[in-house]
Amino acid sequence: MASPPLPWLKPAVLVGGLSPLALLLVQGLQGELGANVIEVVLNQTGLLTLVFLLASLACTPLKLLFAWTWPMRLRKLLGLMAFAYAVLHFLTYAVVDQGLALGRIFQDVTERGFIAVGFLALMLLVPLAVTSTNASVRRLGFPAWQRLHRLVYVAAVLGVVHFVWRVKKDLTEPLIFGAILALLLGIRAVEAVRKRRRVRSSPRPA
Amino acid sequence: ASAAGNPAGPYDTTEEQTPYEDVTSYNNFYEFGLDKSDPARNAHTLQTRPWSVVVDGEVHKPQTVDIDQLKAWFTPEQRIYRMRCVEAWSMVIPWLGIPLGEVLKRVEPTSRAKYVAFTTLVNPEQMPGQKRQVLDWPYVEGLRLDEALHPLTLLATGLYGRELPPQNGAPLRLVVPWKYGFKGIKSIVRITLTERQPPTTWNLAAANEYGFYANVNPAVDHPRWSQATERRIGEFRRRPTLPFNGYAEQVASLYAGLDLRENY
Repeated sequence: MASPPLPWLKPAVLVGGLSPLALLLVQGLQGELGANVIEVVLNQTGLLTLVFLLASLACTPLKLLFAWTWPMRLRKLLGLMAFAYAVLHFLTYAVVDQGLALGRIFQDVTERGFIAVGFLALMLLVPLAVTSTNASVRRLGFPAWQRLHRLVYVAAVLGVVHFVWRVKKDLTEPLIFGAILALLLGIRAVEAVRKRRRVRSSPRPA
Repeated sequence: ASAAGNPAGPYDTTEEQTPYEDVTSYNNFYEFGLDKSDPARNAHTLQTRPWSVVVDGEVHKPQTVDIDQLKAWFTPEQRIYRMRCVEAWSMVIPWLGIPLGEVLKRVEPTSRAKYVAFTTLVNPEQMPGQKRQVLDWPYVEGLRLDEALHPLTLLATGLYGRELPPQNGAPLRLVVPWKYGFKGIKSIVRITLTERQPPTTWNLAAANEYGFYANVNPAVDHPRWSQATERRIGEFRRRPTLPFNGYAEQVASLYAGLDLRENY
């Protein structure tokens, strides 16, 4: 049976995905973000980037494991929201935290591993966001588009490394993100191996 | 300085003071949790009375002194100091306290005393953060004897004219305004004078990031971030960080001939 149309699915995810941002704004305006508002905004936007990046990477495994098709319709939206939060995260750092002091930002990005890794992850997401339209898929051709979008695996790994590296002492939270990412990539790896076996063992024309 | 909050003493800064609310709600005190807001929420379990402090080691008059006795021996002074955290934020705090040097003179250091070692309480029931081995408990810190005897170095018992709240290190904490905040060990139970340089907690946790001296130094970056600027809590724009947190005139001479890049 075909999956139901679920017309509310995308709007619901969009509203749900933007609500943490709205909450952050409301709390900020009401002075409820504590003594160091910029630090809270940096941490929250960074965390939300990783949450949506992992959510977008969970769509394919959900299809593989449970034969659900509806998550695939959300993949692009989730990926774009991850990108939006990543851009907000970077702008909070560059504009608000550093006051656009370009020399200092350049020094951070080039000399500090943890910032370099985060910046590289953001740079990898840019071409993916730019080619997220259906027109781009047609223009590039699906195989090439798919190859390009595998960069998201690298970006997600770099994002988790950025988080692990930043933490002062307690690694619990970044390691949870790392474990989920490893699981999501692991399911893909298993599937890739199975597919290759299937191709090899299938009868070939003489 | 007077207790009314108006700067008068030679060591007071006239910079705008960080609101009491911020000073007491934004704390690094891992014994009560890792988030800045955790200590204010959790530190009420700390029992600050009765409380005694052991002063021993290379001294002629070792003793165990009750905190109220210690406070009665001296008249607490108000000192309005800048506080610069190694995480690149800062505050201005009106402390109440006793110059550490006066306490040390009272117990008469021997000629072998070269360093002062400090220890925080260990009590996982009162300090729930100690149930996890995030750091090696107890938290320990240390100073060279000449740093400890410097008139700027304070054993704080209060802030803003009130008792020190538990999240700020009640009932007794160290304040060394020219060093990064993590040197300011909280809830002290032991002060030991030693011949050798004592271990310090953050140095044990990450030696390449946190040294024994931990003098505020804009020219020596933390491996992961710059120390050239800081955000004063409550302000929007970063401000330049000053050598020795602006106390160079008073303390730079302590480090004459010492390579501050090596001894960070």
